Amino acid sequence: MSKDLTLLLAGFGGQGLLFAGKVAAYAGLIDGREISWLPSYGPEMRGGTANCSVTISDSPIGSPLILNPNALIVMNLPSYDKYIGSAAPGATAIVDSSMIDRKTGRHDISVFYVPGTRLAEEGGMKGLANMILLGKLLKETGFTSFESMDKALVKCVSAKHADLLEQNRKAVKTGFEY
Amino acid sequence: MSEKVLMKGNEALAEAAIIAGCRFFFGYPITPQTEVAAYMSKMLPKVGGTFLQAESEISAINMIYGASSAGFRCMTSSSSPGISLKSEGISYLAGSDLPAVICNVQRGSPGLGGIQPSQADYWQATRSAGHGDFHIMVFAPSTVQEMVDLIIRAFDRSDKYRVPAMMFADGMLGQMMEPVVLPEGKDIKTYDKPWATNGHKNKRPHNVTNSLYLDPYLLEKTIRERFARYDIIKEKEQLAEDYMTEDADIVVVAYGASSRVCRSAIVAARAEGIKAGMVRPMTLWPFPERAVRKAAETAKAFLSVEMSMGQMVDDVKLAIDCRRPVYFYGRTGGVVPTPGEVLEQIKAINGGLK
Repeated sequence: MSKDLTLLLAGFGGQGLLFAGKVAAYAGLIDGREISWLPSYGPEMRGGTANCSVTISDSPIGSPLILNPNALIVMNLPSYDKYIGSAAPGATAIVDSSMIDRKTGRHDISVFYVPGTRLAEEGGMKGLANMILLGKLLKETGFTSFESMDKALVKCVSAKHADLLEQNRKAVKTGFEY
Repeated sequence: MSEKVLMKGNEALAEAAIIAGCRFFFGYPITPQTEVAAYMSKMLPKVGGTFLQAESEISAINMIYGASSAGFRCMTSSSSPGISLKSEGISYLAGSDLPAVICNVQRGSPGLGGIQPSQADYWQATRSAGHGDFHIMVFAPSTVQEMVDLIIRAFDRSDKYRVPAMMFADGMLGQMMEPVVLPEGKDIKTYDKPWATNGHKNKRPHNVTNSLYLDPYLLEKTIRERFARYDIIKEKEQLAEDYMTEDADIVVVAYGASSRVCRSAIVAARAEGIKAGMVRPMTLWPFPERAVRKAAETAKAFLSVEMSMGQMVDDVKLAIDCRRPVYFYGRTGGVVPTPGEVLEQIKAINGGLK
C-alpha cells in the first residue's frame, strides 16, 4: 500500500496545470488506485490563477478538495505566496524558479527549484514546463512508475496531436533527470 | 466490463443520458453545468438526436414538454438560477404526467449568487419545484460514477411512473474528474407510451397532453391519482447508503459533495475512537426515511451536514419524529465545508458539549 498523494498544482491559466494534473491522475488510474481531480473553475481561469487538486489513494476518496497538499507544483508568484505555507509538513514542493525568484524559509518540507519555463524554451519544448515539473515530482516522490506515467501521456495527448506526444515524453524525462 | 476512464462529472452525466436513450436536449448555458450542453451538442447529432440551444431556460423546458409529449426521452440542464426559470414548465410537466429529466448542477444562491458548489436548492427540489400539488423524483449523486448510474435510473423511473425526475448535483461533482465505467446500455429498458401525441394515423383516438382542468372535481381526481403513484414511489424508490452505521452513536446525514467531506471526517473520528457513521441519501424525494429510522435504533444523535443554512435537517427530524437530537452544520454561498470542521462538530456532539 503506497502513501496517498495529495497534489496541488497552481499557476497562471494556460500553463497547462490542469493537463499535468490529469496526466498524474491517469497514472494513478493505470496503477489501479482511487483518484480524483478537481479544478478551480471560475473567472480567475482566464489569465489569472488556476489550480487543480489531484488525490491518488488506496481507499475511496472523501473530499477531493486539497487544503494541505503533500505534493505541490507552483508556476507563478501569486500561487507560490498563496500555497507554500499550506503544504503539509514533509511535503515535496516543485517550484518553477524561472517564474518565482523566492526561496522558502520552511525546513519541514522538501523544496526543489527547477527552472521549468527556461528549460522548456531552451529545449524546444515551449509550453511544456508543466510536464518538466511533473517529471521532477515523479523523480522526487515516486508517486507512480515511469512506465505508468508514459501510458498516462498516451491516454491524455489526443490522437489529433500525436506529434506532441514525443515532446511531452521529452519534457517529463528532462524534469526527471534534472 | 468496460474500461475505466477519467471523465468530468458533467460529461459523464451527458454521456450516460445518451446511453439511457436521451435523444433530445434543450438548454441554455450557465456555469457550472455548461459542459453538459457542450457535450450534448457534440455527441447527440452523432446518434441521430437533436441538440438545441434555446433562447432562454423557459423556452428550453417548454421544448422538453413537446419532446416528452411525443414520447421521446429528453433532458434539460441548468444551474440554480436557471432552474427557477424552469419551474413553471416543471409544474406543467408534472400536471400533464410527462416524464423528463432535469439536471440541476447547483451553485451558490439566492439571486444570481455565485458559481461555486452549493446544496441550497434542496427545498426547491423536494418541496416546491413549481406551483401546485406535485412532486418530482430527486436523485443525489456523490461520485462521477453515480452521475452515470443515477441518471440512467432517473430516465427509467421517470418513464415508469410518468413523473419528472431531477438530477441534483453541484458544481464540485460537475467539474471534478473521477474514474468511471460507462455501461454498454444493453439492459436499458424502454416503456410503451400509448399516451404519446405522435400521430394517430387514423388508428386510434386523439391523444392530448394537457394540464388544464376547469372542473375542480376532475382536477382533484387527477391529483389524487397522481398522489397514489407518489405513494408507490415512496414505498419502492427510497435509496440510501449506510456507511458505518451498525454501531454508530453519532449518525451524520449528508448527500452529494458534502457527504464526501463527511466520509473523510468519519474516518478521522473513528481513528479517534468515536463511533460515527453516515446515512447518505441517494434519493432526496422520496427521502430515505426508512434508512434514517433504522439508524435511529442505535444512534444517540444525528448531524445533518449541508452546503446550505439547513434544509434537509427538517426531513431528518421528520423521519425520526424528533426521537433523537438532530444537529446541523453547514456552509453556504458556495463554500464547501472541510473534513476538519465536520470532525469538530462530531467531537462536540460526542463530548456532550452540544
